[in-house]
Amino acid sequence: MTYQEKKSIVSLFSAIFIFISFCLYMYPQLPEGASNTPETLRYWGFFVISLTVVSIIAHIVISIVFNILFNITTKEKVPTFEDELDKLIDLKANRISFIVFILGFIIAMGTLVLNQGLQLMFIILIISGFTSDVIGSISKLYYYRRGV
Amino acid sequence: MSKNLVGNHIRKLRFNHDEMTQQQLADKAGVTRQTIVALEKGNYSPSLELAFRIALVFKLSLEEVFFYGDTVNLNDQVNDN
Repeated sequence: MTYQEKKSIVSLFSAIFIFISFCLYMYPQLPEGASNTPETLRYWGFFVISLTVVSIIAHIVISIVFNILFNITTKEKVPTFEDELDKLIDLKANRISFIVFILGFIIAMGTLVLNQGLQLMFIILIISGFTSDVIGSISKLYYYRRGV
Repeated sequence: MSKNLVGNHIRKLRFNHDEMTQQQLADKAGVTRQTIVALEKGNYSPSLELAFRIALVFKLSLEEVFFYGDTVNLNDQVNDN
């Protein structure tokens, strides 16, 4: 298995781990009562912003640790650049990821149209962001293994 | 996944060039080892520029490294026309 394939797998599992850990950390802080109170909205706003920041930082840290471990265990050179295949796979995976997120976004807006409340809209939005990240990583792994 | 029609003799050529490793070829062609792996498996059609760079590494012409699909049938089709 090459560096890129291993990196896609690490990225996939780290995305799942970060999301689940963050949800477990944030869930007890969910305000009780009505879902449309300013406090609940503040909670979801904070959830989205902090999940984004935590994800970025965690991905960077995991990527650095992975590179160090890869170097030690395989003695293989870690690629320092992206070549044409990497860029092509990135584009294809990002396109799939984007489509998934947009579908989630449309469904989230649909809940507002159907008066389902802001809480459900935020939950769908967050889940679609997570799903798009996971599907993006799976797509990368698929393209690296099966070709483009 | 569409069938890749561009084939190559990269694996054979590497072994004929002092058993060059995939990483050595990747370094000389300016790509990652992943790309050489994908090319050898027939999972990726390289850009024209990369094809020329790989041919230059082996000091061969493009046709001696790469071929398009079933070249014999293709030539027959061209002759029929």
